[in-house]
Amino acid sequence: MTTLSIDHVSRWFGNVVAVNDITMTIGPGVTGLLGPNGAGKSTLINMMGGFLAPSTGSVTLDGAVIWRNEQVYRQIGIVPEREAMYDFLTAREFVIANAELHGLANPGEAARKALATVEMEYAQDRKVATYSKGMRQRVKMASALVHEPDVLLLDEPFNGMDPRQRLQLMDLLRQMGADGRTVLFSSHILEEVEQLASHIEVVVAGRHAASGDFRKIRRLMTDRPHRYLVRSSDDRALASALIADASTAGIELDWQEKALRIQAIDFGGFTELLPRVAREHGIRLYTVSPSDESLESVFSYLVTA
Amino acid sequence: MSTVSAVYNPTVARLTYKALLGRRRALILFALPVLLILISVAVRLLTGADDSTASSILGGFALATMVPLIGVVAGTGAIGPEIDDGSIVYLLAKPLKRPSIIFTKLVVAIGVSVVFSAVPTIVAGFILNGNSQQMAFAFGAAAAAASVAYSAVFLLLGVITRQAVVFGLVYALVWESLIGSLVPGARTLSVQQWALALAQKIAGDGAGVSSDVGLPMAVVLLVGVTVAGTWFAGQKLRTLVLAGEE
Repeated sequence: MTTLSIDHVSRWFGNVVAVNDITMTIGPGVTGLLGPNGAGKSTLINMMGGFLAPSTGSVTLDGAVIWRNEQVYRQIGIVPEREAMYDFLTAREFVIANAELHGLANPGEAARKALATVEMEYAQDRKVATYSKGMRQRVKMASALVHEPDVLLLDEPFNGMDPRQRLQLMDLLRQMGADGRTVLFSSHILEEVEQLASHIEVVVAGRHAASGDFRKIRRLMTDRPHRYLVRSSDDRALASALIADASTAGIELDWQEKALRIQAIDFGGFTELLPRVAREHGIRLYTVSPSDESLESVFSYLVTA
Repeated sequence: MSTVSAVYNPTVARLTYKALLGRRRALILFALPVLLILISVAVRLLTGADDSTASSILGGFALATMVPLIGVVAGTGAIGPEIDDGSIVYLLAKPLKRPSIIFTKLVVAIGVSVVFSAVPTIVAGFILNGNSQQMAFAFGAAAAAASVAYSAVFLLLGVITRQAVVFGLVYALVWESLIGSLVPGARTLSVQQWALALAQKIAGDGAGVSSDVGLPMAVVLLVGVTVAGTWFAGQKLRTLVLAGEE
């Protein structure tokens, strides 16, 4: 049992308060740290990872203070958001170096296992500089897993991954959670967190907005109105077909954007409805994107809920 | 788990020297010694062996310009780029003592500096006047001593500022050469002068090598700056806040 405790933690940078009096406990299993960009998620993860001191409060791992305590890294694996690695190395050299830095008895074997776990063996002898973003992400994972840590911290791990890589990483994290490890990942994408995390912590504007079981937060999420921007081969026909369904609350034809702005009240129903209606009416969909402001509104919705 | 090496970490060393020699700016590491050798060959061919010419090239170009420039590249390059791009996180998220990371990087920076500045200086000395008046060894030893201090100072700069290269160049070129030649007192606070004190001791009296600082004082200052710089860099690394965090 490995538990990360954040106790009345605040962190400010000059006059800016990034994290404001947050208390939470992260235990075994997969926990999603959810919040919009700039909410303080990275600041929190950096404090949990020992790269930043809290201005007040304490961040501990099983009671041991994390800041300036390099021994905690025997138990913690970190997947940073930033891309930079030792690009001039191959993946195998990079992961072996990480194993050596941990002082593992058999770095070669540990690296082999970690690279197999993230299914990167096929490209392990290529230089990291030649990798796609998703491949880099997996090598970062391998380097974090090489010492089989009890705690895994991941900062926006799904950024830039394609859907297949995303599913693969989700499976891996789920497995780690099921094995009893403490896995914490941050994300600003609700659906991502919902799919993976059994427990969710929501942070908005540096404050702890919600905490708990994903079903509770999901209910809040599905009750809220969703906004989408849709472009198609026949916006008017699509609009008239969609408005007939109960999952759609409102549709606006945006002349300037040459697109439909759709407000859906039943998320699951709408995501199923849209492609079906388009197919039935022979309409091609060019763009289906959740509007940014709707994401922000979800978070403010959660804060007030 | 085996015990992680307490002071010098071979893995950190390997990563550091690969990074140092792999980057484009490492070209300067090769270019400057080549230039020194070419100048020495040309001068020898054109004017023959001459002690005072040798002294002005070894002192004026090798020790005053090449050694500090290579010190800047090796010292700041040993850690600065990793802090800039955030890849240092892979060293910091390990059960390693921060001072051991710094010490290892210092050893690599010193090694690279000595190979690329002290060794070519000795070679140039032999080309210029066949080590007459022990000049090749005198300036070679001075270059090596200066490399140690420069590595420590510029490594520290690499930890504490993003503009380490700029500050390093300002120190190496403006402070050491310009201010030093205009303000006599400034020369006492110059790594170059401390190193020259060593050269003065080794070279023959007729070599015309002289320093503004006495040898004992020079040694104390060289060692002091190296030790203090290294210690401070280790402390700063313990509380390093990575860029782009907020």
